[in-house]
Amino acid sequence: MKKVSAYEISRIVLEQSMRARVGHIGSALSISGILAALYDGGLRANAPDDPDRDRFILSKGHAALALYAALHLRGWLTADELGTYCADGTLLGVHPDSDLIGVDFSTGSLGHGLSIGAGAALGARMRGSQRRVVVLVSDAECDEGSLWEAVMLAAHHRLGNLIAIVDLNGQQALGYTKDVLSLDPLGDRWSAFGWDVLHVDGHDVPGLTKAIASMNDRPDTPHVVIAHTVFGHGVSFMRNQLKWHYLPMSQADYELALNDIKSLQ
Amino acid sequence: MRAAFVRALVEAAAKDPRVVLLTGDLGFMALEPFSDAYPDRFINVGVAEQNMVGVACGLADAGFLPFCYSIATFASMRGYEFIRNAAAIHRMPVRIVGVGGGFEYGSAGLSHHGLEDVGLMRIQPNLTVVVPADHRQTLTAVRTTWDLPGPTYYRIGKDDRREVPGLEGRFELGRVDVLGSGADLLFLAMGAVSAEVAAAAEKLVARGLRSTLGIVSTVNPPPIDDLVHLLSQFPLAITVETHQLNGGLGSLACEVAAENAIRCKVVRVGVAGSPSGLTGSEDFLNRRHGLDCDSLVATAISAAAGSSA
Repeated sequence: MKKVSAYEISRIVLEQSMRARVGHIGSALSISGILAALYDGGLRANAPDDPDRDRFILSKGHAALALYAALHLRGWLTADELGTYCADGTLLGVHPDSDLIGVDFSTGSLGHGLSIGAGAALGARMRGSQRRVVVLVSDAECDEGSLWEAVMLAAHHRLGNLIAIVDLNGQQALGYTKDVLSLDPLGDRWSAFGWDVLHVDGHDVPGLTKAIASMNDRPDTPHVVIAHTVFGHGVSFMRNQLKWHYLPMSQADYELALNDIKSLQ
Repeated sequence: MRAAFVRALVEAAAKDPRVVLLTGDLGFMALEPFSDAYPDRFINVGVAEQNMVGVACGLADAGFLPFCYSIATFASMRGYEFIRNAAAIHRMPVRIVGVGGGFEYGSAGLSHHGLEDVGLMRIQPNLTVVVPADHRQTLTAVRTTWDLPGPTYYRIGKDDRREVPGLEGRFELGRVDVLGSGADLLFLAMGAVSAEVAAAAEKLVARGLRSTLGIVSTVNPPPIDDLVHLLSQFPLAITVETHQLNGGLGSLACEVAAENAIRCKVVRVGVAGSPSGLTGSEDFLNRRHGLDCDSLVATAISAAAGSSA
């Protein structure tokens, strides 16, 4: 079995995007390191049907292809299933559906995941379960007011078993976040709401793994990892280029991209 | 109905440790029997209805049966997308409890009038929609449905005194309860206005019109068989609801009549026209919209005359 790595996730993202001729490539590449860290040991999850395994919510559902790649590399999704991405009649759409084994919650509308995650973390504590809940949100998702409702509730209830990861790639659907709706100072905002804040290079997999593990040492406060990432990470011509939020690749783009991501190995 | 609801919920909580109650910071002088008995299972999420529904879904995933309490407008509309994407699509046992539908919050004004909730809820395929007619039926309805496997919306009235004569607290999920056996016309009523419809039906006897009253307290899944059976027996049906004219019980009756080619004229009584800022007591507002006993008598006489002409 292949290792869950940022390179393998990125390779699958490119391969399946090319085959299915769909976009959202830049957003998926930006979280390849985060998912590698989570699915190569960050999450306590031995089997998808283990009731006490950690929960993971991809609140930025538009990057689901990276999640499918991680689930495949983890051995929870077959190559045949992966090959149905965006085909007619598949469960593997652009946004993830919880009918697919390994996907904990259907997402796609931004601003929902952290509320669900806060409830799941609260429920785990009420049940005396050691389960942790990890929610990956996009940076522009922090525009949604409902996210901050969940941020307040998690801090009030001291949900130390809740980890939010912000994919801070600076890109949103119509431009850069700094131009559309400034998030700065993002870490200070979470901190002011009572969260434990860690800034991490979102492409440094060992660093991410270490950051997630370190959170067990502070059980009385919810945790946020501000993951500094690059939109389109690993592919030179996609780096911070808005069009790769939308466009599929040409054959020439694809070959260039596959060559570029070799640097991630 | 609100006291009856809380009583039934306390009973459920005593039987099942999965029952938890969330509120969007509402329920003063109403929720205390629950919060006093089960403080560890009572969560005030603050004034944040969207988050309340999302949190409830997370709790349901952890094995709980969460009830989310707020005023009907806020409960149904503020978190609607969460109700759809989180509760309904995931088929989670999340309960949305909307208190005070229609004009029950009278002079509080339009922001507090629950006029769209049932329409919005009944179009979600996986969502059970229960609208009890009085406090005794509320008790039975909650006792019957609190542990359903999927999501549920309850529209609960505030009145814990008035009863629909003859209903005697009966409730059967997915059925219409039939009162009376008059052959001239059919009334179909939903929710707290049902007692007013029963009073109108009684008054109409002296005016020579004998009616049957169907109490529709399950709106979803729609009680299609019972509605087909009832509508087929009458030339005229009058639907009554404290809800926008479109989307609620009247629309449901028309759908059933049309899809089953039933020759029955359906007259819908509800809140018609654009809402205005004009406000007042619940009685005043119901009268303005033809939802009081005397207006219903007049509507029935006029409709029956038109129908037989």
